[in-house]
Amino acid sequence: MKAKSFLKDYFWVIIFALFLLGSLFIGFQPGQLIYANFSQFLLELISFLPLMFLLVGLFDVWIPKERIERYVGQDSSWLGSFWVILLATLQAGPLYGAFPVAYILRKKGASVRNVFIYLGAFSCLKIPLLSFEIGFLGLKFSLLRTLITLPVFFVIGILMEKYLGKDYQLKSVEL
Amino acid sequence: MFLTILPTLLLVIALVSIFLYLFPKEVLASTLGAKSGFLGVLIAALLGSIALIPPFIAFPLGRILLDQGIPATTVAVFITTLIMVGFLTLPLEIKFLGKKAALLRNFFSFAGALIIGLLVGILY
Repeated sequence: MKAKSFLKDYFWVIIFALFLLGSLFIGFQPGQLIYANFSQFLLELISFLPLMFLLVGLFDVWIPKERIERYVGQDSSWLGSFWVILLATLQAGPLYGAFPVAYILRKKGASVRNVFIYLGAFSCLKIPLLSFEIGFLGLKFSLLRTLITLPVFFVIGILMEKYLGKDYQLKSVEL
Repeated sequence: MFLTILPTLLLVIALVSIFLYLFPKEVLASTLGAKSGFLGVLIAALLGSIALIPPFIAFPLGRILLDQGIPATTVAVFITTLIMVGFLTLPLEIKFLGKKAALLRNFFSFAGALIIGLLVGILY
């Protein structure tokens, strides 16, 4: 039974792994190049994922629901948005790494709006990334883009809350 | 949680690896440079939504595009969709946030990125 569900979960991953192995074995060049990309992304994944899950775990165990509700929940003021933005700017990694944190925030009672403001801030308001952008694209371009993005992800947060409803519940992911 | 999402995570980076093979940096640069005007912006938005390029490649690529004379709007749309919209990471996003929320967020972010790009283009 367990082996069967393993096969089901990993079906495409196994196909992909066989393709990579086969390519390396017979010297199929596209497969080798895809393998090079894959190993690079895998390394990136390994570098930020443990911290992310540690954070999610700590949130889950240590921070009581009432506190999250009070500070970033439905009835929190604009300060609530400030806290989630602060949390986002302190983290690193690609956006998909933030989904687990967004999930745990919502589960712990953060408002729908603040969850999506968090994701918005995570994607475009990271200070180290901004300095990197300035280095390549220049101060004017980068600041302009960031300053215009800021109100946009607030609006996205408000729209998400409007369309999903304030009570939008997430399906449980096994922790 | 880690074990439950591991297959999805691996699948996502597998898709990304295949995408980057099909559209390497040079191809992206020439594709984005080929069309100007509205069509160019639209191509930038679509490529940016699908691609998942780490910042250490994306920003230098943006510089190359600006130097090639690609309009700031196109570059801003490309970079903004790149970081806000994630087509290839949808399976993962759906797992955590649900289908409706994931699709809506990507849709709004796509629209938002177009607006951001237009404004950057006007003000730059």
